[in-house]
Amino acid sequence: MTALDDLLDRHGGWLETGPDEGPVISSRIRLARNLRDTTFPGWASKEVRNQVWDKVASAFDAVNGGGFLRWRMDELNALDRELLFERHLISRELAERQAGSGVFVCEDECRAVMVNEEDHLRLQSLQPGLNLQKAWEAADQLDNDLEKTLSYAFSSKLGYLTACPSNVGTGLRASVMLHLPGLILSGEIKPMINAVSKIGLAVRGLWGEGSEASGHMFQISNQITLGKSEMEIIAHLEQIVLEVIEHEKNARRRLMETQRIRVQDHVGRAYGILANAVLMTTGEALDLLSALRLGVDLELLPNTARREIDRLFIRIHPAHLQKEAGSALSPEERDIQRALLIRKFLERKE
Amino acid sequence: MKCDLCDKEAVVHLTQVVNGEIKEVHLCEEHAKAQGVDVNSPISITDILMGLSQQSQQSTASNLTLACPRCGMTHDEFRKSSRLGCPECYKTFMAELTAAVKAMHHSSQHIGKIPAREGVQTRMKSKIARLQKELEETIAREDYEKAAELRDQIKACRDEAAAAGGDQ
Repeated sequence: MTALDDLLDRHGGWLETGPDEGPVISSRIRLARNLRDTTFPGWASKEVRNQVWDKVASAFDAVNGGGFLRWRMDELNALDRELLFERHLISRELAERQAGSGVFVCEDECRAVMVNEEDHLRLQSLQPGLNLQKAWEAADQLDNDLEKTLSYAFSSKLGYLTACPSNVGTGLRASVMLHLPGLILSGEIKPMINAVSKIGLAVRGLWGEGSEASGHMFQISNQITLGKSEMEIIAHLEQIVLEVIEHEKNARRRLMETQRIRVQDHVGRAYGILANAVLMTTGEALDLLSALRLGVDLELLPNTARREIDRLFIRIHPAHLQKEAGSALSPEERDIQRALLIRKFLERKE
Repeated sequence: MKCDLCDKEAVVHLTQVVNGEIKEVHLCEEHAKAQGVDVNSPISITDILMGLSQQSQQSTASNLTLACPRCGMTHDEFRKSSRLGCPECYKTFMAELTAAVKAMHHSSQHIGKIPAREGVQTRMKSKIARLQKELEETIAREDYEKAAELRDQIKACRDEAAAAGGDQ
């Protein structure tokens, strides 16, 4: 088993956003799959769940000579499971499951397969920027590879059969992560969320809920999985996301034209606190880093590396801090460590 | 505002609009918890809608004893969790699922990817469903030339499926 700590030295491939992406963070494709004639994980016995893990493991052995890292949840401690969760490699639900549950992760972390979560398999493919097509192709290919060994539960009417009827059909959940501080500052986020949910898409905070999402990061995803082809679902989502990006860019432009001083103050204050604070909670850090990221996009902060900021969005989370420190930390110790990590980063930039 | 399930004051209010159809759910704290609504985690309105539609239906004696012959999940257990026990459950609880699936997806026919292992008939059935949807759209915009083309393609698929016979 590869040491999980190695992940710390890496930067999830999907996080490597460039300056051109603007408000876009990353694109994600998720496919739900289940094995034929096999009880779904939530209802299955421990034995069945373990058999499912073994079957999926042998399917991976046949793919790429097994070039995937693999971890079983019952072999990891709570901190390691949290680390995988913070890196978006597993869900909170998987982290809490035991027998037979685990994850397969490819070297660059762009593809991961959760085993025995709500469904037997949950394939995930992540790409930096707005790149749903490439993410889909990677997921589709992995799905095809696994299917050479595995026999999926499928009906010609309802498509891929899933534990929850809300996922039947394609089993596809496509989503795009967006950074939308312009819409928040201009008070346009709620109308945008309402408008997007009216056309059958879901908007969620990446950290936290609704319009109060920490770090001003949101995920927009499809809800309907049946009756449309994968290409239709992806094209529809992409079209709406492009519109949201346009709104965000317009909001930023308007803010700079009409309230430049206020925006400068917003970014400057965030910088001041991040550069000097000694205690910092996760929520506060996410919000202030969001302001910093906006400052870089608006060229108010030329010296600050955006890529580093994007990495900090992950590194300031509790499990990452504790892994880097090499020991368990109390909430207050984490707040000290978090503030220190950010101060060091800003000192290097000055 | 009262809870949809009892007379207590509702504290959880959810609204979702899918294809222009507004669905509202109001729940008191107790029923929100019973429906698995955790205000701190992403809310799945699907669970709630399914739970409500199931609770509002009168339980018949046959429903209460209905259980999946493969995995043993009973109708009651399915209602409680809104999750199925195994792929076979889709057949067992078909009556209830058909309406719920239609309400969620506004469709009851898969037209996406098909596993390579599936037989010719399955692939053709799905292809026909996709072509038929396309045909309806073509007729709606009065492109009859394209419609005739699609009609021929559908016929060819039907013939191929018939020729494959019992290949399932």
